[in-house]
Amino acid sequence: MLGENGAGKTTLMNILFGHYQADEGDILVDGEMLPPGSTQAAISAGIGMVHQHFTLADNLSVLENITLGTESMWSWHHDQASSRQKLAGLIRDYGLVVDPDVLVADLSVGERQRVEILKALYRDARILILDEPTAVLTPQESERLFATLKSMTAKGLAIIFISHKLHEILAVSNRIAVLRRGAIVGTLETAASTREQLAELMVGRIVTRPRLSAVKPGERVLEISDVSTGATGAAELKNIDLVLHQHEIVGIAGVAGNGQGTLADILSGLRKDFSGSVLLNGKMLDAGNPRAIVASGVGRIPEDRHARGVVADMDIWENLISEDIRSDAMCRAGFIIDGNRARARAETQIKQFDVRCKGPNAQTRLLSGGNMQKLILARALSNSPSFILANQPVRGLDEGAIAYVQEQLLEARKRGAAILLISEDLDELMALTDRLAVMSHGRLSSALPTGERSIAEIGLMMAGHDDRGEANMGSLTNGH
Amino acid sequence: MSDFIDILLTAGFWAATIRIVSPLIFGTLGELICERAGVLNLGIEGIMTVGAMSGWMWVYQGGDLWGGVLFAASMGAVFGLLHAVFTVHLGLSQHVTGIGITLFASSLSYFVYRMLLPDATTPPKIVPFKPIAVPWLSDLPIIGEALFSQSALTYLALALVPMVWYVLFRTPVGLAVRMSGENPVAVEAQGINVLAVRTGAVMVGSAFMAVGGAFITMSWFDAFYFGMINGRGWICVALVIFASWRPGRALLGALLFAGLEAIQVRAQQSAGAFIPYQFFLMLPYVMSIFAMIVMARKTRYPQALLVPFRRGERV
Amino acid sequence: MVIEPRESVSVWRAGLAPVWAILASLIICAALISWAGASIPKAYFLLFKGAFGSAFALNETLTRSIPLIFTGLAVSVAFRAKFYNIGAEGQLYAGALAATFFGTGLITLPPVLMVPFLVVMGALAGGALLLIPVLLKTHMKVDEVVTTLLLNFVVLLVVSYLIEGPWKDPASLGWPQAASIIDEGVLPTLLAKGRLHFGLIIALFMAVIIWLMMRFTVQGYEIRAVGHNARAAAFSGINVNRTVIMTAMVSGGLAGIAGVSETAGLKGYLTLDLSPGFGYTGIAVAMLAQLNPLAVVPAAIFLSAVYVGADAMSRAVNIPTYIADVLVGVSILAVLCSVMLSQYRIRWRA
Repeated sequence: MLGENGAGKTTLMNILFGHYQADEGDILVDGEMLPPGSTQAAISAGIGMVHQHFTLADNLSVLENITLGTESMWSWHHDQASSRQKLAGLIRDYGLVVDPDVLVADLSVGERQRVEILKALYRDARILILDEPTAVLTPQESERLFATLKSMTAKGLAIIFISHKLHEILAVSNRIAVLRRGAIVGTLETAASTREQLAELMVGRIVTRPRLSAVKPGERVLEISDVSTGATGAAELKNIDLVLHQHEIVGIAGVAGNGQGTLADILSGLRKDFSGSVLLNGKMLDAGNPRAIVASGVGRIPEDRHARGVVADMDIWENLISEDIRSDAMCRAGFIIDGNRARARAETQIKQFDVRCKGPNAQTRLLSGGNMQKLILARALSNSPSFILANQPVRGLDEGAIAYVQEQLLEARKRGAAILLISEDLDELMALTDRLAVMSHGRLSSALPTGERSIAEIGLMMAGHDDRGEANMGSLTNGH
Repeated sequence: MSDFIDILLTAGFWAATIRIVSPLIFGTLGELICERAGVLNLGIEGIMTVGAMSGWMWVYQGGDLWGGVLFAASMGAVFGLLHAVFTVHLGLSQHVTGIGITLFASSLSYFVYRMLLPDATTPPKIVPFKPIAVPWLSDLPIIGEALFSQSALTYLALALVPMVWYVLFRTPVGLAVRMSGENPVAVEAQGINVLAVRTGAVMVGSAFMAVGGAFITMSWFDAFYFGMINGRGWICVALVIFASWRPGRALLGALLFAGLEAIQVRAQQSAGAFIPYQFFLMLPYVMSIFAMIVMARKTRYPQALLVPFRRGERV
Repeated sequence: MVIEPRESVSVWRAGLAPVWAILASLIICAALISWAGASIPKAYFLLFKGAFGSAFALNETLTRSIPLIFTGLAVSVAFRAKFYNIGAEGQLYAGALAATFFGTGLITLPPVLMVPFLVVMGALAGGALLLIPVLLKTHMKVDEVVTTLLLNFVVLLVVSYLIEGPWKDPASLGWPQAASIIDEGVLPTLLAKGRLHFGLIIALFMAVIIWLMMRFTVQGYEIRAVGHNARAAAFSGINVNRTVIMTAMVSGGLAGIAGVSETAGLKGYLTLDLSPGFGYTGIAVAMLAQLNPLAVVPAAIFLSAVYVGADAMSRAVNIPTYIADVLVGVSILAVLCSVMLSQYRIRWRA
């Protein structure tokens, strides 16, 4: 099932699985009506769902997570022995290896997904729904998942694979249903479809994502030298080197949790315990001081706009001044907010960045995802920063908003900014960056011109010192 | 110091400890169940008051003791239901709801008491639970008097500890409760109604709390007077954190506190001349704060504690 | 049942929410009144008359609203930052202790200086007391609800010890109370008759100051941001810990001033029953005011009227005075509901 963000894929699947109830229409499973609105009924009918955001309890074991809900609530006793036996059988049959007694908190992302799939199989699912399963996997792990899915279909399972990524859908499916704005606009045989066809169906018009134009990089803007954070752990940085120049976009590829967040925190001013140096336009970064960093010419687009980017319960103008509220421009006598000036500036920014809203005094909570991101862009880009940190800037946005955000980044690049683009979407990185580096287990590879490394190579690097134990990252050197 | 050791060696001290620990066990187990399901129940102080008043009043009006206990438990469950409607179904602030329920429940208890006994200047008494001596075991030295000559409610409290452990950790219901406090979306995804699980847990927990209050008026003392819970409910909340949400540890923590309070009464008698009694009375509260500090770094909170669950909400 | 946010929250809806809450509480308490055998209209009429029906009544109502304004402000400032200060009761007594310590003869200043001096000392004492729980929260992640609550009991015991022991007023004929505040420190009464004192002016002044601060200053902005979304606040450069600590200082300080006001304005000396729960009622005041400092004033007057009126009512009709406390408890719950209903809609699924 293919569709852009907001098309309704998850809603449809939630109806199938009983979380929501449709206002009209029926669902038939094996010729029988499925009682609506009941997850129990869906599970009994053989439907299993692997959600996009894992529904696992960290503090409980794998076995407990899998067996929840499988026994009658009123029984006085867990039948541990037969649960273990059944689970062992499934692990064997499908090759989804995991230790039943380990706490979920100690599992890797790939292993957690296996637990999710086992949960569905344990309940004798014959129809498996997977909602954006590869969002958090490396290319190799995705390949492994596809192989597992193919072996499942060989055993007779029916699988609904939801994604907005064209190449995955093409790789794994037999048939494709395209959903757009809540309606199915086409059902095709995979063998008979092309990317362009699908993209057009998905969005409803000829899709052109912005393309990179050739511009020569200029002076050095950001110099990260030998930055490490002390603690141990996959997300802690080890000897990071990176240089960004004017007029260029440098991308960092990698699965979440490998240090990108830590690096972003350091560059955003949220973290100051690190060794090594970060120079911005030749001067030391005012570490741990977000407002000073912003004042020195940095625009930040945070990873999670709801959690970090905006205070949803405040007004739009209040969110637009959050980074420079203490500056002379926005406050008088050091502590009184200049409301008039702030609102006036907000008006300009709203117009300039096309934020669809009722005005600067409207509540930020009411903005759609795309408009909220535009607000963040307005805040970050209004002062023409020399360095822009964009962390997953188009995650969860519809195609229109994606195109807008990417256009803005390209405009900034043309103007002379240096942009660091952190993304989990390899397609985006391949299309939008001048140079690309890979982050894995806290180490950053050299940033080579985009296109010099193949996707397969990048995928291997993303996995890094994985459970394979291979020292793929041994050849990482200082990159410029 | 030798005074101190002497105190520890008397049967009376241990008997008092076990008596004092009983309401703490009920309260802590009750709060533990609520929090395991993801709901912070700050109505505990008020619910214990309700239990104290209603159980006592049942007996005063002519009912039997166990009927009183059941009545107190059901009153507790009613207030638990009220709390659950606000916090679980409407998703309102668990902090403020709890404080509101404490104020409402305690003031309602006092109001009803005054309504039914308008002229009582000295609190009237009932015939409380009498200690039951377990044959043969109660003749053992020290332990005999301490452990095996307690009232029926105390035996119930002690028996509840392993029972609650078993239900929480060895039954499907308990797993659902624990999951609701860790990842309610996971519970919903299995077709189990999270709201029902949380509501049930809060009601059961509140029933326990009310019985804890009833213990004070029906087994320990024999009258009801104002301010009788005296912060014990809050101490139970601290004890739950101290116990890392585990029933066994809850018992240990409660025993520690009860021991402190038992010592305090006796130490007052010996050291009362030098140290004002108020400082002894302060000990439980201060120790509770310390208990929370000690456990603050180490604990793994139930991940969904304080997070309201909205059905169908996807991240 | 599905709960969904309303597209726009009209100012009317939001403003009327506490009114609905009060109505709901009055209806629920009406049930209790009729159980007591009294006629509901008569009872409420007596309540109203007892609170507002004479110059004396009005005087009393306003007098008793003074500490509620202070504690209401204290709680609303703290709750804005999502710092649940339930210890206003203890902080009030801390302020009273400071007023007693400094104001019973230790230092003598002319009244113009003495009164502000006592107020400042009381505020510092209240803030200092709250420093313990807030530091525990910012540095050790210890939940502040239980710590502030437990400290209330501790402070009360300290007061009990002091006024039965070292601070006992020898001239008090055996009753445990501290020495009287010296004349220079006593807050003057505002009218010839009745107990209404200067504390009201201070309270109204503080309400305006706090409102100005929350709405127009950077500090107020930061407090609100931290309360709504601490992570986003940190991202934008706000020092969350420092903001929470500052909020606590202001909150504790306000509650401390309540203690000074009661000691130096109303009673003249410290006793154990100085506060019949003003710290807790302050929570209801703050909730009814929806954490708005200006709205705290009418909310405080309303709740004070309930207590004063209930006193008068219970003397005339046989209803226990606890009805007032019941009303306070119910109104906290009711206002939670009505505020939510003003922002969300409940849809019942067929």
